[in-house]
Amino acid sequence: MTNEMLAQNANYALASAALVITVAMLCYALYLAQAVPVREQATADAKVPATVGGGDSAEPGTTDPDEGGAAAEVVSETPARARKAAGIAQSLSWLGAALLLLSCIFRGLAVQRFPLGNLFEFSIAGAFFAMAVYCVATLRRDVRWLGVFVTAFVTLLLMVASTAWYVEADELVPSLKSYWLPIHVTVATLSVGIFVVGAIVSALYLMSDRGVGGERFWRKLPDAKSLEKFSYSLHIIGFPLWTFTLIAGAIWAREAWGSYWNWDPKEVWTFVIWTVYAAYLHARATKNTSRRTANWIAIAGFACIVINYTVVNFYFIGQHSYAQ
Amino acid sequence: MARSTRSTPDVTQPKLGPIGYLRWGWRQLTSMRTALFLLLLLAIGAVPGSVFPQRSLDPARTADWIARHETTGPTLDKLGAFEVYSSPWFSAIYLLLFISLIGCILPRTAVHWKALRSKPPRAPRRLARLEAHADGEVDGSLEEVRAAATAALRGRRYRVASHDDASVSAEKGYAKETGNLIFHTALVTLIIGVAVGHLWGWKADIVVPSGDSFVSTVTRYDTFAPGPLVDESTLSPFAIEVEEMTADFNDREPGAATFGQPRDFEAHVKVVEEDGNAFTDSVKVNHPLEMKGATVFLLGNGYAPVVTVKDKAGEVLYQGATPFLAQDGNYRSTGAIKVGAAKEQFGFVGLFLPTAFIDPDQGPISVFPDTKSPALAMSMYTGELYPDGRPQSVFTLDTASMEKVETKDGKDALRLWLQPGEGATLPDGKGTITFDGVERFAGFSVRHDPGKGLTLWSALAALAGLIATLTIKRRRVFVRLVQEGEVVRVDVGGMSKDDDEGLLEIVQEIRDELVGQSRTS
Ligand code: HEM
Repeated sequence: MTNEMLAQNANYALASAALVITVAMLCYALYLAQAVPVREQATADAKVPATVGGGDSAEPGTTDPDEGGAAAEVVSETPARARKAAGIAQSLSWLGAALLLLSCIFRGLAVQRFPLGNLFEFSIAGAFFAMAVYCVATLRRDVRWLGVFVTAFVTLLLMVASTAWYVEADELVPSLKSYWLPIHVTVATLSVGIFVVGAIVSALYLMSDRGVGGERFWRKLPDAKSLEKFSYSLHIIGFPLWTFTLIAGAIWAREAWGSYWNWDPKEVWTFVIWTVYAAYLHARATKNTSRRTANWIAIAGFACIVINYTVVNFYFIGQHSYAQ
Repeated sequence: MARSTRSTPDVTQPKLGPIGYLRWGWRQLTSMRTALFLLLLLAIGAVPGSVFPQRSLDPARTADWIARHETTGPTLDKLGAFEVYSSPWFSAIYLLLFISLIGCILPRTAVHWKALRSKPPRAPRRLARLEAHADGEVDGSLEEVRAAATAALRGRRYRVASHDDASVSAEKGYAKETGNLIFHTALVTLIIGVAVGHLWGWKADIVVPSGDSFVSTVTRYDTFAPGPLVDESTLSPFAIEVEEMTADFNDREPGAATFGQPRDFEAHVKVVEEDGNAFTDSVKVNHPLEMKGATVFLLGNGYAPVVTVKDKAGEVLYQGATPFLAQDGNYRSTGAIKVGAAKEQFGFVGLFLPTAFIDPDQGPISVFPDTKSPALAMSMYTGELYPDGRPQSVFTLDTASMEKVETKDGKDALRLWLQPGEGATLPDGKGTITFDGVERFAGFSVRHDPGKGLTLWSALAALAGLIATLTIKRRRVFVRLVQEGEVVRVDVGGMSKDDDEGLLEIVQEIRDELVGQSRTS
């Protein structure tokens, strides 16, 4: 196959992925619309005043003995149609993720380099990782409630990427040619994928906690406390990966530009993102700082990621500017 | 646990003396809340440096920005917006964080040290109150069950202790706190590494045409920026000769966006180190030359036209490759040739164009970065080259005390247009100039950073510590036993400082093991 054909195939795979993920989103929406508020019944008997605590355990009432029971009820109460929709959505999610990966691979073959050289390629890889993180999460717990939010985000990202940020397949300038590039940017994109899902769950927690737009809807999702914990478990995977990104970036910067840290705008923002997420972890561990505050900081961290990939790439002049 | 500081209204607070205030300030500074606040402040403080041009990175663009913003420019300059990372306020933030960090590590290390050498605490009276709890009954004696519990927990790599006959205390996951301390300590050493590089490191730039060489000494470099504590006499005087500088540009896909873009640069060098050890190597982007006393990076490249200037009598006044500085992606380069050996000094300024083209609007430009059809376009000046002996850039001519040379008929300024091999006779019997050919030059940045090893190892240690602290769970498991006739009632309880989803499972596992095991016996 010629390069043009490979590049063309990358675009076909991308278009198919977008289609598949959009359908997955609709199925997940259908599922969530029909899902019976799982905690409707559970809440009635789960609110046994559990006076736990003593010693220096983290918080009173950490365990909810009826959580397992409530989960079991989901299955029995949710209509078969909704469960079927979720099943289809789940399969489509895997397919969508696979197609995105395929698109990345074709693109890489077409340009004969690692396909992470510009914002368009970052977005596709980021979308892939976000989908992959979600799909892996489905293996470990019931996160069907999360599907519609993740797929909606990914659909939106793919739309913007393939219209506003699209660039033809092309080669790299010399300073991008290094084996640190695949290492640094792959891990960066993977952690962004994790932070995407983490931010979605944090946002859901913040809304659920306040019952934004009606209590009934939020009862279809795990309770606020579980959402918060889930978000934390995502962030503590994303953060070390981002730390690694920072270190690998510094090593690469030294090889390419002679100095491991130049306070170039892109470096500044990588650092800012790292610091904000470090603050999130701190806030979560600080006794008299509320979980809401901590999660707002996590959302701020995600906002910084978005700024890093959009505003910084396009408007701030620095050594990374070719990444446009 | 935070100590309660609330006081009843009738108890007057003791007055704080100076020491008291110091203590109070120290405690504030080293609290988690302050650390959190400072972290966020550091993030916010770093942002302006990405918005405004920074003097240390791009002085020309910074000056330009200030000039274009007459009112805001100078004000922002006073606030340090163009030197954010060396501004007092930014330094204040990270220094406070640094102190806070140390003030936090020291007491925690002491506490952890003690914890590492002490037994797990006594089991709480009522285990059913703990986060995770399971119970059961088993035939047997207290002794037997207690031994079994100890074995079960030891098998799971818990540290186990019994404070009495009827209970077992166990704890695991001390490495979580160890990892956390390593992480925070590594941040401190990382900052120290950066500081060492700053104080004892130096960087220098030099432009070397193909065929030329240089010896690493302070005076030989074009620019030399030492850290405050650098002893300049200790530079290791290695020598580097650029045997050849090669460049590869994309000339294969006309029309593609990358047409004419560089693919690769490489400087083939011969190095002689201080101890006489000689070797050849190549320096590329992403592939620096690492030596004992310094690292050489290839950061720039360009063309150096080789020019010979002779006087009327044929005596050579000037000969050599003169680097011209590229102004755009097609290497339209500007430079100067200073003929200081002439009796009446003169010089040339002008353009070097690797692939020359006369554009009707823009005049002489280059349309491709490689030397497809090179040309040198210059004007000539006579007069004093170095008025007052002021230092000046090798790329420009200070024409303040010079006069532009005109054509013979005096109608126009003299313009030379030379292609390789061509020459011209200079007016007023000044001699001749010939354009012999073109060499490439390598723009090296030579750097010495004695702190880089410490910085790198600290960063890696921080990462390892971080992974440990985030993945390891600190768990305490207690077992309480009560003999009730023939049977022993077994209570297992677990607690954790973290969100610990697996705790209940472990507690149940241990209960099952104890209860199941003695049933079979
Ligand atoms: C350079 C500044 C700092 C950074 C980047 C930083 C970063 C972090 C990170 C990422 C964690 C998460 C690990 C975890 O959750 O276990 C953490 C935990 C922690 N940090 Fe820091 N930290 C900094 C300064 C400080 C300071 C000044 C203090 C002292 C007040 C401190 C005290 C702690 C404590 C006690 C934990 C453990 C929380 C827990 O596990 O419950 N840190 N830090």
